[in-house]
Amino acid sequence: MSFLDVKDLKIHFPTDDGIVKSVDGLSFGVERGKTLGIVGESGSGKSVTSLGILGLHKGGRARLSGEIWLDGEELIGASAEHVRRLRGKKMAMIFQDPLSSMHPYYTVGHQIIEAYRIHHDVSKQVARKHAIDMLGRVGIPEPARRVDSYPHEFSGGMRQRAMIAMALSCDPELLIADEPTTALDVTVQAQILDLMRDLQREFNSALIIITHDLGVVAELSDDILVMYGGKCVEYGTAEDVFYRPEHPYTWGLLGSMPRLDREPTERLMPIKGSPPSLINVPPGCAFHPRCPYAERTGDKARTEVPALTETAGGHLVRCHMSRDERHSLWENEIKPVLEIQ
Amino acid sequence: MSENEPLLSVQNMEKHFPITKGLLKRQVGAVKAVDGISFEVFKGETLGLVGESGCGKSTTGRLVTRLLEPTGGKVVFEGQDITHMSQGGLRPLRRDMQMIFQDPYSSLNPRHTVGAIVGAPFRIQGVQTENGVKKAVQDILAMVGLNPEHYNRYPHEFSGGQRQRIGIARTLALKPKLIIADEPVSALDVSIQAQVVNLLEDLQKELDLTYVVIAHDLSVVRHISDRVAVMYLGKIVEVAERKRLYSVPMHPYTNALLSAVPVPDPKVRKDQERIRLKGDVPSPLNPPPACRFHTRCWKAQEICKKVEPPLTEMAGGHQVACHFPENAPEASAAGTSAKAG
Amino acid sequence: MLTYIIRRLIGAFAMLIVISMVTFGIFYVVPQWAGATPEAMASRYVGRAATPETVHLVAERLGFYDPVVVQYGNFVKGIFAGAQYDYGAGVEQCPAPCFGYSFISGQPVWPDLLDRMPVTFSLAIGAAVLWVIAGVTVGVVSALRRGSFFDRLTMGTALAGVSLPIFFTGMISLVVFSYGLGWTPPGGSYTPIDENPALWAYDLLLPWITLAFLFAATYARLTRAGMLETMGEDYIRTARAKGLKERQVVVKHGLRATLTPILTLFGIDFGLLIGGAILTETTYTLPGLGQYAILAIRTQDMPQVMGVVLVAATFVVVASLIVDLLYAVVDPRVRLS
Ligand SMILES: Nc1ncnc2c1ncn2[C@@H]1O[C@H](COP(=O)(O)OP(=O)(O)OP(=O)(O)O)[C@@H](O)[C@H]1O
Ligand SMILES: Nc1ncnc2c1ncn2[C@@H]1O[C@H](COP(=O)(O)OP(=O)(O)O)[C@@H](O)[C@H]1O
Ligand code: SF4
Ligand code: SF4
Ligand SMILES: [Mg+2]
Ligand SMILES: [Mg+2]
Repeated sequence: MSFLDVKDLKIHFPTDDGIVKSVDGLSFGVERGKTLGIVGESGSGKSVTSLGILGLHKGGRARLSGEIWLDGEELIGASAEHVRRLRGKKMAMIFQDPLSSMHPYYTVGHQIIEAYRIHHDVSKQVARKHAIDMLGRVGIPEPARRVDSYPHEFSGGMRQRAMIAMALSCDPELLIADEPTTALDVTVQAQILDLMRDLQREFNSALIIITHDLGVVAELSDDILVMYGGKCVEYGTAEDVFYRPEHPYTWGLLGSMPRLDREPTERLMPIKGSPPSLINVPPGCAFHPRCPYAERTGDKARTEVPALTETAGGHLVRCHMSRDERHSLWENEIKPVLEIQ
Repeated sequence: MSENEPLLSVQNMEKHFPITKGLLKRQVGAVKAVDGISFEVFKGETLGLVGESGCGKSTTGRLVTRLLEPTGGKVVFEGQDITHMSQGGLRPLRRDMQMIFQDPYSSLNPRHTVGAIVGAPFRIQGVQTENGVKKAVQDILAMVGLNPEHYNRYPHEFSGGQRQRIGIARTLALKPKLIIADEPVSALDVSIQAQVVNLLEDLQKELDLTYVVIAHDLSVVRHISDRVAVMYLGKIVEVAERKRLYSVPMHPYTNALLSAVPVPDPKVRKDQERIRLKGDVPSPLNPPPACRFHTRCWKAQEICKKVEPPLTEMAGGHQVACHFPENAPEASAAGTSAKAG
Repeated sequence: MLTYIIRRLIGAFAMLIVISMVTFGIFYVVPQWAGATPEAMASRYVGRAATPETVHLVAERLGFYDPVVVQYGNFVKGIFAGAQYDYGAGVEQCPAPCFGYSFISGQPVWPDLLDRMPVTFSLAIGAAVLWVIAGVTVGVVSALRRGSFFDRLTMGTALAGVSLPIFFTGMISLVVFSYGLGWTPPGGSYTPIDENPALWAYDLLLPWITLAFLFAATYARLTRAGMLETMGEDYIRTARAKGLKERQVVVKHGLRATLTPILTLFGIDFGLLIGGAILTETTYTLPGLGQYAILAIRTQDMPQVMGVVLVAATFVVVASLIVDLLYAVVDPRVRLS
C-alpha cells in the first residue's frame, strides 16, 4: 500500500438541480518523496478531490464514499476531530489564490505562528522564531522584518511563498498544491515551481500537484492522473502520459496546446465542444460527445461506461477501443502531427 | 514585411495615471503605465504583445483604440493622427478598430440577446445591410462557428468558449480593419483556447484582418503572431519577427521569460539549464531609473543604472533596448536556439 | 497612522462647524426670512407685557439687528468663551460653553443639557451593549445553522423587529411586563447609577430592551449575512486546512472579518440613537435629552432646540470618528490609503 492510497473515492453533492457527481470513483496512490500530478479542465473535480482528502467536506452537504488511506490509517470513516488533528500536521495544502487564501486582518507571521501552535505546544516566541525560519527557507528576504507584514503588503509571488511556508511549518508528510501557480506570472511561477521541487526533496514529503497546465505537471510529476468529468481517464507515469498517451482526451489536450519546444505547427488541434456539466454527465463514455473516435466504439460509447483498464505495467486507460487500436491511432495519426520523437 | 504605410503607427506613446492624495487631490506621483513606446502594425499581420502582469499591455491596447487618451506621444491610424481626436471625430474610426476583451463573462450584457449584442454595432453606426440586420448577424454567427438559430438566446446560455465567440462576432460586425485582442483566450480552458486561436486565424485569412494580440502566454503569442513585442514596466524592450525572437532572443528579459515557461516534456526538465530571475516586477509607480530591468538583470553593469538603453535596430529588423544584448550578431544562433527549440 | 488620525480629526471638526452653521441657519435665519422680526424674537424674552421700546432695546442688546454673520460669530464665541446676556433684567454671565438662555424658563440651556445627558447615555450605552451582544450572537448562530428552526424563528422575529416602530413595541412591552406582569416599573423613574446601580438598571431594563430590539434585529440580519459570506471565503478554508478547531475558525477568522463592516454601522447607529432615544424616552417618560428635545420643539424654545441639536450632532460626529479610528486598528488595509 502506498503512503497515500485513495480507493474508489466518490464525492457527490445533492443540489436542487440534481446530484453533482464531482468525483466519481477515483483511485490513486502517492509515495513519500514522489509527486502525483492531477490534470483536468475546470470543473473536472480536481479541487473537490483535494479538499476531500483533507477531510474538509466533513460536516457539509457532500456525500463521501470509498477509502482514503494515509500512512495505513483510513480517513473517510475516521472521526472529524481525528482528521482535524492530522490536518496541517500530517497533510497540508497550498491554494490557488494566495491573496484571498490568507486572512487580510492578521500578519503573515501571525498566520504561520497559528498554524504551528495548533499542533505544537510551544510559546509564542518559539513559534515566531520558527515562522521567521520558515519564511527564510522559502526565500523571503529579511524574514525577521517581513514576518510582521500583512498579506496585502506582499507581492503575489511572496504571498505564495508565505503560503508554502505556512503549509510546511509542521513538516507535513503529504502536501497538496491546488493550482499553486495559476495566479502568478511566468517568471514567478518558475521560482515557485523550483522552490516546491527543492523543498520536496528536503522534506521528502508526498506531493500532489493539481493544475490544468500540462507544462507545470511535466515539470514536477512522477505520475500523472488525467481527470475528465469527475473520473480518471488516464493514469500512468509522466513518460506514459506524455510519450505514450492512449486516451483520446489526453491526445486532445496535447493537441490543443501551443508549445515553445516545437516548431509552431500550422494549426492547433482543439477538442470540439466544451467540458460537461457534472450534473448532466453524458451517459456511457463521458467524453463521447467530444471524441473524434466515438463512432469507432459505436453504441457502447453512449450506453456503457468504459472501465479503467491496464494497458501496460501500471498505465491505466478508460476507453472502449482496444489496446491495439489505440496504439495504432497514436503511432500513425496523432504522434506524427504532434511531432513527438 | 509590407513596403507600404503601416496601418497603425505609435510614436513615443505615454500614459501616466496621476495619483492624488488628500481633499485637494494634490498630485503626488504618477503610475507610468505606458512610458514612451513606439511600434508599427502593418496591414494583414499579427503583432503579439507579451509581458508580465501590470507591464502596460492592456493600457497600450486601450490607448491605440482611444478608449483612453495618451498623455504624450502620437497614435496614427491609416495616416490620420488620432492622439487627441474628440469622441465625435473618433466615431467613424470605431468601425475600423475593434477590441476583444479577456473576460467572456463580464464583457457581454446579460440582459441582451445574442442577436442584440452582435447587431448593436450596426444600429449604433447606422449601417445599411442588404437583407436586414438579422440576416447579417446570423451570417456572422455562422462565421464564428455559432448556430445562427441561437439568435434569440442570452449570454448565460452559452459556455465560456461560445461567449468568447460572441465577443468576436460583435467585433466583426462592421468589418474592422484592425482588431486589438486583449488576452482573448486566457480565461478559457486549454481545449477551448485552441478553438478560439484557430478561429482568430481563420478569420484573419478570410477577412484580411490585422491583429494586435495581447497575452501573457508566450506559447499562444508565438503561435498566433508574425512579429512580437516584449514589454517590461511600461517600455518595449524587444521587437522582432516571431521566429527570430523565439530562437535568438536578445534582451535578457526575453531570455528569462522564455526560460521560465514550463516545458510539457518530462525529459526536458531534468537537464535544462535555466535562467531564474530574482524577485518580482517593481512597481510602475517608482520604476528603477535608466534600464528598468537592471534590478533583476544578471548582466547589469554600472552603465545600466545611469543610461537608458534606447530601442535600437539590429540585423534582421530585430529591435532591442539593452546595453549588452544576448545573441548579438557575432555570437549568434547556436547556443540559444537549443534553449528555445 | 498619525496623519490618518489628524486628517480624521480635522474632518470631524469641519463637520461640526458645518452642522452648527446649518442649525443656526435653520433656527435663527430662516424664521427671519419667514417674517419673524427681531422684535418678535426679543419679545419672547421680555414677555408680552413689555413696551415696544423695551422690546427694541432688548433686541438690540441681544444683537438681533446685527448681520447674520456677526450673530453666528457671537453664538460660536458663546460656546467657546461664554457670553454676557442683557435682556432687560440686568446683565447675566453665561459661562462657556454657553448655548444661550431658554425663551421660556429664562434658564441657561447648558446645565439643563448636562442634567439630562446621563439619562440618555445610560439608555444608549446599555441598549447598545445589549443589542450588539444579542444581535451578533443570534446572527452567528443562525448563519452557522442556516435553515434550522432556530434560524427561521430568529430571522422571522428579526424581520418583525426591523419593521415595527419603537413606540409600538414599547407600548406592547409596557403593557405586558409592567402593567400585566408587574416585573418592571411602568416608566417615569430614573435613578442615577452612582446612587444605586441595581435600581438604575432595573429602571432602565424595559427601555433598554425596547430600544435594543430594533437594532438587535438589524444586527442579527447583517451579522448572519456577513457571516455566511465570510465563511465561504478562501481564508476560512485555509484556516480549516491548518487543522484549527471549528470554534476557533468561526471566532478568530470568521467573526473577525464579519464584525469589521458592522463596526462602521455601529458608529453611525450609536450616533443616531438619539433619534431612537427620543421615542423611547417619550414612551417611558424618562427625563433624558430626547424628552427635552420634544418639549423644546413643542414650545418653540429655539436656544434649547439648538443646544440639543448641537449636542446630538457632536455625539454622532464623535462616535463616527471613534469608529473610523477603531476601523483603522482592526483593518490594516485602511491605514495605507
Ligand atoms: N486607471 C488607472 N489608474 C491608475 N493606474 C492604472 C490605471 N489603469 C492601469 N493602471 C496601472 O498601470 C499599469 C499597467 O496596467 P495594464 O492594465 O496595462 O497592465 P497589463 O500589462 O495589461 O497587465 P495584466 O497582464 O495584469 O492584464 C498597472 O500598474 C496598473 O495598475
Ligand atoms: N459544495 C458544492 N456543492 C455542489 N457542487 C459543487 C460543490 N463544490 C464543487 N462542486 C462542483 O463540483 C465540480 C468540480 O469542482 P472542482 O473540483 O472545484 O473543479 P476543478 O477541477 O476546476 O478544481 C464542479 O462542477 C463544481 O461546480
Ligand atoms: S470510449 Fe469511445 S467515445 Fe470514449 S474515449 Fe474511447 S473512443 Fe472516445
Ligand atoms: S541594459 Fe543592462 S540591465 Fe538592462 S537589460 Fe541590458 S544588460 Fe540588463
Ligand atoms: Mg479548482
Ligand atoms: Mg491586462
